[in-house]
Formats: sequence, structure tokens, C-alpha cells
Amino acid sequence: MRFRGKMTESPCIKQFINVVNTVARMSKTCVIRIAKNNLFFIANEGGGIAKSPMLWTQLEQGHFFNEFQMEGVTPENNEIFLELQLDKLSRTLNSLKLAQGARTLKIKLTKRHTPCLTLEAELTSGSIHDRFVVHDVPVQLIPRRQWHIYDEPAMSQFQTSILMPPLRHLRTVVDHMKSLSAHISVAANEIGTFVVSVSNDKVDIATYFRGLLTPKFVDSQERSSTSNREELHSATVDIKKFALFLQGEQLNPTKAICNVVSGRLLHLFLVNDDVTLQYYLPASSYV
Amino acid sequence: MSLTQQDGEGDHVFHAKIDNAKNVLQLLKAVNFSDVATVFGSPSGLKVTVEEAKCFQANAFIQSDMFQEFDVKEDVVTFKVFLNILVECLNIFGVSTTPSVTPTLKMYYNGFGTPLEILLEEGGVITDCKIRTQEADDTLEFNFCATAVINKVIMKAECLREIFSELDGSSEVLEILLSPDPPYFRLSTYGNYGTNHTDILKDSDMVESFNVTRKTSQRYKLSLLKHSNKALNAAQKVSFRTDDRGFLCLQFMIKTEDSYICFVEFFCCPEEDDD
Repeated sequence: MRFRGKMTESPCIKQFINVVNTVARMSKTCVIRIAKNNLFFIANEGGGIAKSPMLWTQLEQGHFFNEFQMEGVTPENNEIFLELQLDKLSRTLNSLKLAQGARTLKIKLTKRHTPCLTLEAELTSGSIHDRFVVHDVPVQLIPRRQWHIYDEPAMSQFQTSILMPPLRHLRTVVDHMKSLSAHISVAANEIGTFVVSVSNDKVDIATYFRGLLTPKFVDSQERSSTSNREELHSATVDIKKFALFLQGEQLNPTKAICNVVSGRLLHLFLVNDDVTLQYYLPASSYV
Repeated sequence: MSLTQQDGEGDHVFHAKIDNAKNVLQLLKAVNFSDVATVFGSPSGLKVTVEEAKCFQANAFIQSDMFQEFDVKEDVVTFKVFLNILVECLNIFGVSTTPSVTPTLKMYYNGFGTPLEILLEEGGVITDCKIRTQEADDTLEFNFCATAVINKVIMKAECLREIFSELDGSSEVLEILLSPDPPYFRLSTYGNYGTNHTDILKDSDMVESFNVTRKTSQRYKLSLLKHSNKALNAAQKVSFRTDDRGFLCLQFMIKTEDSYICFVEFFCCPEEDDD
């Protein structure tokens, strides 16, 4: 089992750190899956439905790494699964201020007392001497028989799929709603209306975004001919988790998609050219 | 769905519309120190009253000419509303990134037992709020009339801002001394670390008018006066008045974002002397 990757372009390093930070905020422990063409961050922690992951992030290896060598467990199963405290990795990356001035960032799987992900960074500094920093983050290897837990979740059978409004705008609204309720109801319909609402014993607030695009799916068109396109489908979810997801705006996604499984689930996507983040937010039992 | 609710405006006991909700928000924020406020709507405008401890009252006046539409069906419409929630609702879009885009506000109230409905629109996004209302209790009547005023000082707010920010927080009271003779205008605190006097000269650049007829010295609860900080921070001028009973009236002149001159006033009862 071998893994070694090297990033030499600072925008890529910056973006990589951004992804790690975003994922670390959503889940403390995380599984990194290393495959030939992609790197995945997967989290199963609380809230997932039927043992499927709640967070699934896919990074295209070729975009981030200039050098990338890996050898999986066996040639047939040419992948590596390791579990780590992602906030440790995130803190390591942040403490080095790598985003500001790293010339290169090397990540490799090493054997110290325990298996580790070793980060080697070449830092530029104001003075003549550049610095070379090495950090070991302990990891746990996940045996083959447990890999299936981290399979890519199936596409949910959603009623509506909609492109979310600009996340920064939405985030301001949701952050204000956060002080009023622990739960938020998210609703969308087929004609491009997206509604977030909270209510408590003092107030009902709903914010309507209209004229949004709805991605076209073959079967959704079939369905829409039979059902009412204006009907709002909604799910009520934990507002803190939803707000956390919205912080993903820092990844500058080109698209943010929300799929609503009425009353059960929000399946959220942040899509960038090289990064895809999927987040599953089950409906709160409280409604 | 409430998107279609914009018709039938004639049925409302009270309705108002303003192109820039920030004007209203700014005034409400100035008195937002308690959860509940009493709103009085009359043809001249809205008066928002907030009270604490039966001896402190704040009033924000939002005159009707600030609004593009303003209609009150009865002489006076009164209700109690959760002020902190109202402020949160008006602020829901946050500070807009493009300054030219401002949220438009519509308010409706249908009378006793109905919620205060608020529609905010910014850049095509609509927020619809229904805030429950309560029946208004009687508010305090301070009987503060102009003829009983014995001392009056008008000064620039920045001066008072500085003084208030440096007041000794460990002091329970703020003593205000006004006198036609030196030290003219003295603010004193009695805290854990000692006594602190701040004197303002009557011919200071900061003082615009100084009409003090009799020497008075009264103590007011500092914790109550601190409630006026938000108003003070937004204000341009402050008027200080005390009447013959020692009641204090602080009036703040606030210029809103669209350059309307508005007033927020605070009344405070003096502390009884221990001895």
C-alpha cells in the first residue's frame, strides 16, 4: 500500500485547504478514500440515513496533484481507505498558513508508530531562508470488509430538484433565522420557487426565492406532467446543519443544488469543476 | 401562499409601505433593549414604546411622511409586538452588497388578535413574516411637560458618546448635576474604584445651547441609562432636560439613511435619596 501526492500550484493548495476546512466543519471524523483518479472525503457521523454517508466529497486528483502515485490494497482493489480526525488535518493546514505561502505541499502515507498521513510543506518566507515543515497526522486504515459502508450513496428519489439561490444571500437569511428556531423548513417546486421558513410561538417567517432554474431529469419531466408543478415539496431539517452546509459557499461552487425528498430528506450538492460535495440532511423527527 | 396577499389593502386597520426598510430598522434598533414594545399607530405616524422597571421608557417616533403609503383606519391603533423579532425580521437580508439595492417593506395589521404581517422584498426575494401581537397594556405616563422643565442642554452626540463609553460600569448610579454656576454640567459615577466626575463646560464647542435656571443634582440608575446607548450611537444631537421633579428626558436626533430627521426619547425617574 503506497500513497504519495504532491501539489505545486498555490491556487490548488488553497482550494484543497478550503475543501478540508469546509468538510472538517461539517464532520469531525472523516474517511479519506484514495483511488486512482479521485480523492474522496466521506463522513458517516450522525444523521446519515440507513447507514449511508451524510457527506460525500469528491476531488479530482488530476486537478490538485502534479504528482500522484498510489498502490491500493491489492491490484483488484486498488484503493486505500483511511480514517482520521479531519479537524486535526485542518488545524495543521491552517496553523502553517499554507494558503498564504506554500510553494509545495506533499501528502504521503507513512508508517511511524502508527500509520500516518505525512504533510510536507515548503514555505516561502519573507527572509532568505525558506522553511520546510513536516506534520504527521495519525490515521487508521479501514479493512477491506468495511469498505462497503463508504460506498457512494444512491441518488435519492426526490420530488423536486432546484438550483439554490446565491449561497451568500441565502446564508444571511438562514443565519438570521437561526436565532429563532432550531429547525428550518426547506421547500421547492418545479417552477423555480425555493422557500426557507421557520416558525416558533411568536413568529412565522418565510423567505421566497423565485425564478430559479430546475435541472431537467428525464423522469422528472414525466412526473411533472402528471403532478402539479407548482406544488411545494418540503422537508424540515436541523437549521444548524443547514447553515453549516451553506458555509460551503467558501468553495465558490458554480452550482448548488437542492433535491427535496418530501418530508424525509434534503440531498444537497455543491458542484465545482473539480470538486463535488454532497450532503445528506435527514428531516428532523420533530415536525 | 402569501405571495398573492398584496391586494385588498383597504381592509387593513393599519397598513404602511416604505421603499427603504433601513429607515425604520434604524429607529427600532435604537430602542431595542427589551423583548416587547407597544406600537401606537396614528395618522401622524408610528410611536414605538419600550419600558423597563416601571421607571424607564423609550419612545421612537416614525413619522408617516417617511412612508410612501401610510393608512390608519382608526384614530389610534395600538398593539404589543415582539420587538427583537421585528428587528430580526427587518434585518433578515443583512447588509446588502450593492448599496443601491434596499429592501422594500410593507406592513399590515388587521386589528385585535391578528398578527403583524410584514412583507420585505429585496432584489426579487420576498420575506413574509407574521409576528404575533398582544393586547397593549397601559404605558407609563411621565407627565413631562415643557412648562415644568427647569434645565435644558442641547449638545452634539459625539461628546456624550465618548463620555458614556468611559463611564465606570461598576457604579450603580449616574449623578447628573446641572447648575448656572461652575461646574455647570457634571456627570459623576461612584464605583468600586473611586468617584469619577466629568465636567462639560457650558461654552464648549460641543454644547449648542445651555439653559439652566436652577442648580439640580439627581441620581439615575446607570443600568437603565445604558439602554440609550444604541440611540446615542446613531444620534447627531442630544437634548438633556430635567423637570422640577427631577425626571430626566433625553431626546436623540437621528438622521436616517434617507436623511429624514427623526427623534427617539427616553424618560427616566430619579433615584430616591437614601437619607
